[in-house]
Amino acid sequence: MATSSIAGPQREARDSVVIRFAGDSGDGMQVTGSQFTLETALAGSDFSTFPDFPAEIRAPTGTTFGVSAFQIHFGGTDVMTPGDAVDVLVAMNPAALTVELNDLRVGGTVIVDTAAFNERNLGKAGYQRNPLEDDSLAKYQVLKFDITKLTADAVKPHGLSSREAHLCRNMWALGLLLWMYGYERTATIDWLKRKFAKKQVIAEANIAALNAGHAFGETAEMAEHMVGYVVPKADVEPGRYRTVSGTEGLAWGLIAGMRAAGIAKLVFAGYPITPASALLHTLANLRAYGVITFQAEDEIAASGAALGAAYAGALGVTSSSGPGIALKTEMLGLAIATELPLIVIDSQRAGPSTGMPTKAEQSDLFQAVHGRNADAPLAVLAPSSTADCFHIAIEAVRIATKYMTPVIVLSDGYLAHAAEPWRIPSEADLPRFPVTYRTDPEGFHPFLRNPETLARPWVKPGTPNMEHRIGGLERDYDTGHISYDPDNHARMTKARADKIAGITNDIPLQTVALGEEHGKLAVVGWGSTFGAIHRAVQIARDQGRDVAHIHVRYLSPFPRNLGELLRRYDRVLVPEMNNGQLVKLLRAEYLIPAESLPKVTGKPFRVTEIAQAIRKIS
Amino acid sequence: MTVTTITDAQLAPKDYASDQEVRWCPGCGDYAILKAVQKACADMGLKREHTVFVSGIGCAARFPYYMSTYGFHTVHGRAPAIATGIKLANPDLDVWVMTGDGDGLSIGGNHMLHVLRRNVDLNIILFNNEIYGLTKGQYSPTSRRGTRSPSTPLGSIENPVSACAFALGAGARFVARSIDTLQPHLISVLKRAHAHRGASFVEILQNCVVFNDAVFEQITGKEVAPDAQVLVEHGKPLVFGKNKEKGLRLKPGTLELEVVAAPAPDLLVHDETNRPLAQLLAALEPPFPTAMGVLFCSPAASYEHDVYAQTGAAPGRGGDLDALLNSERTWEVGGGEGEGEVP
Repeated sequence: MATSSIAGPQREARDSVVIRFAGDSGDGMQVTGSQFTLETALAGSDFSTFPDFPAEIRAPTGTTFGVSAFQIHFGGTDVMTPGDAVDVLVAMNPAALTVELNDLRVGGTVIVDTAAFNERNLGKAGYQRNPLEDDSLAKYQVLKFDITKLTADAVKPHGLSSREAHLCRNMWALGLLLWMYGYERTATIDWLKRKFAKKQVIAEANIAALNAGHAFGETAEMAEHMVGYVVPKADVEPGRYRTVSGTEGLAWGLIAGMRAAGIAKLVFAGYPITPASALLHTLANLRAYGVITFQAEDEIAASGAALGAAYAGALGVTSSSGPGIALKTEMLGLAIATELPLIVIDSQRAGPSTGMPTKAEQSDLFQAVHGRNADAPLAVLAPSSTADCFHIAIEAVRIATKYMTPVIVLSDGYLAHAAEPWRIPSEADLPRFPVTYRTDPEGFHPFLRNPETLARPWVKPGTPNMEHRIGGLERDYDTGHISYDPDNHARMTKARADKIAGITNDIPLQTVALGEEHGKLAVVGWGSTFGAIHRAVQIARDQGRDVAHIHVRYLSPFPRNLGELLRRYDRVLVPEMNNGQLVKLLRAEYLIPAESLPKVTGKPFRVTEIAQAIRKIS
Repeated sequence: MTVTTITDAQLAPKDYASDQEVRWCPGCGDYAILKAVQKACADMGLKREHTVFVSGIGCAARFPYYMSTYGFHTVHGRAPAIATGIKLANPDLDVWVMTGDGDGLSIGGNHMLHVLRRNVDLNIILFNNEIYGLTKGQYSPTSRRGTRSPSTPLGSIENPVSACAFALGAGARFVARSIDTLQPHLISVLKRAHAHRGASFVEILQNCVVFNDAVFEQITGKEVAPDAQVLVEHGKPLVFGKNKEKGLRLKPGTLELEVVAAPAPDLLVHDETNRPLAQLLAALEPPFPTAMGVLFCSPAASYEHDVYAQTGAAPGRGGDLDALLNSERTWEVGGGEGEGEVP
């Protein structure tokens, strides 16, 4: 499909653009956003996306709490976050307009479907008067189209019911936006054909709506503000790329880790919970790769089944979100006591308790590091981007199997759904760390430690002459038998702590992501805030400030040089999406006066929020 | 840990005992159960390296430490979940779950429900002593109304759960009951349970000599036993009494059992494949005789069998990771424009 004809002189250049598609949860905004993302990727731009959908599956039509949105930031440079301020807001109804308008920058464009701004919808959204008919939108460029009617006209030849026709509105809007940025429609048309392979009429109608939206932009029917834009291609490393979400990164990373360890099976046990379920769904489709998924009766059973699988010699993985991780706590204690490898993926969400299930937070750091009865250390890792999810999952498998310990991976609701372009690695280039199951009975007992790693041997039940018993009761250091001896318990407590602490010698030194290895201010983050912190530090440095960005991927134990590195800065600022958790761990561990920049709105940091905080203190 | 290498194919019951000193109270019914399990293992010639005993918490849960097989003493109530994970990872293992009335029906009641309905191939042995022993004598979910205990000084006002009725309600396909002291019977029930593919549920009435001594006396006492127990056998009439002079039949016009003089033409014949009959038998309680033996046995494909059958049929790219990573839309940057799609 040729698009070159419209790349005329009226197209304006933009470094990067932020678009938010917003509508009812039944309006197909997530699909619209995903397809726009795909076309962006295929055109060679960098991007970062963020879906924001309501907890209600189908909230009543037209209500503010039923608004579903998808944001994409795309362009040639500096695309590290889904974007602070929205340049273009597509509002399919009044509720979407009222909910999302605050994030639209002054002078930004808002595209509305006028037909949706009827008395009923305006009332549901809380509007006394129609905002399209007064001056309340004067700060913005408002493009008013009767998308409902234009879509209905476009799909008329296909004989759809009015309801079916209404469902094609999103494709009309997508067509218009694709025109605005000079993007192709081919991938979307292919996708529609595949998706509605069994309902060809629906596929054709949607394609007609898509083409109509696109043609609408191209023809003279538009307002004078309706100009096209061009965004540059990203300057990235050559190679083959694809889109990856954090969920996909984790799923594929777990499989890659299993293969790197030479383990035959991955048993993934989960229980439905937002936003962690996506990982269960993804892995359930990957059985051909040695994955067995098990939807357990509850979170406890999920962790138990994963631990049982680990005991039997498989890679045991369980996954949940904050409240579900809380339920797994006791099983984590057993995994620590019996020293079995277990991977726990925590897709953090806003809490406490049920909190805001679809909103992201980083507030399970304390739970991960310390949230168990007794002295119960384990390893904690956090991916810093969706692409990093893949590598962190592999690293979690390496540490769990080498040190015979549970490893918690702290993802979050943002990483789980966000997507970025990813240079696809080749399996041949990935690390290998084959595990050895002990089969030699000579001198064996189940808690005999490897002098270097302090790990106990992994023995598969089924191995002759290696029969042994393990459990949650304290055991003798020298024989593995049950022991209530006081000195032995002290010795075992120390052995468990030393084993985890020793991992620090087997992980990379902490590096500085941006800036010098000393200076006035270090901004220290962890997890999904990487992009926002990085960009904010970049801005501050461009302004001549002496600031560095440090991003911690290993949270327990910390990299062995972290304390020394942080002491080389006058001040340390810790932005995190919680009420101040990493900052307290750093203070406790290194006795440094680290300062907190908390954000607990359930939304990711904006670059400007961090940039402002940096300005204040540097 | 002492490692003994046994090469002889035929192991004696003592070969299934670990080198650990057994630490139940003197006179505890658990000793008899341990003996019966070891005897059953020897009779069946089980390979110790292929056998795993999994337990939760409680007196019964100490069981794995006393066996020379593989053993995993886990978390209170969760043994069915851990055992499920073991079977998913390695369906070839012979996995036993040793549990009690508190472990299996109170804190672990949910797991018991689901492991039975899923029909995971496990031998689940529930020691029912109607009391929490390890925590010093509180009433349990199987304690009868009126049970006085440290936490019910005025007597329990809760209605007990019937272990076998619960198991049948959960959809278990093998349900049996026996008694710690009923040795040959218990061993034969254990062997039947082991032979059954899928989840086998065995309730053993077990005497807690310290906190609930003689609670089953009205069923197990030598004098009363013949009248208080009906030993069920597939294809045989349901008769009991010293001289088999009593029998069970359906009370005409109802769905209830009644005791009549035997022999009689309309006595019920035990059919272990008949779930409604098993439910009637499981629910019998004094003054009716308590039913002992295999109440229900109706095999079907086990959970992990079906999991592997599905996995074998799963579509995929022959397990090629690179193909997986390159699936769906990809695009090239540099060195020639274009996009690729791996179908």
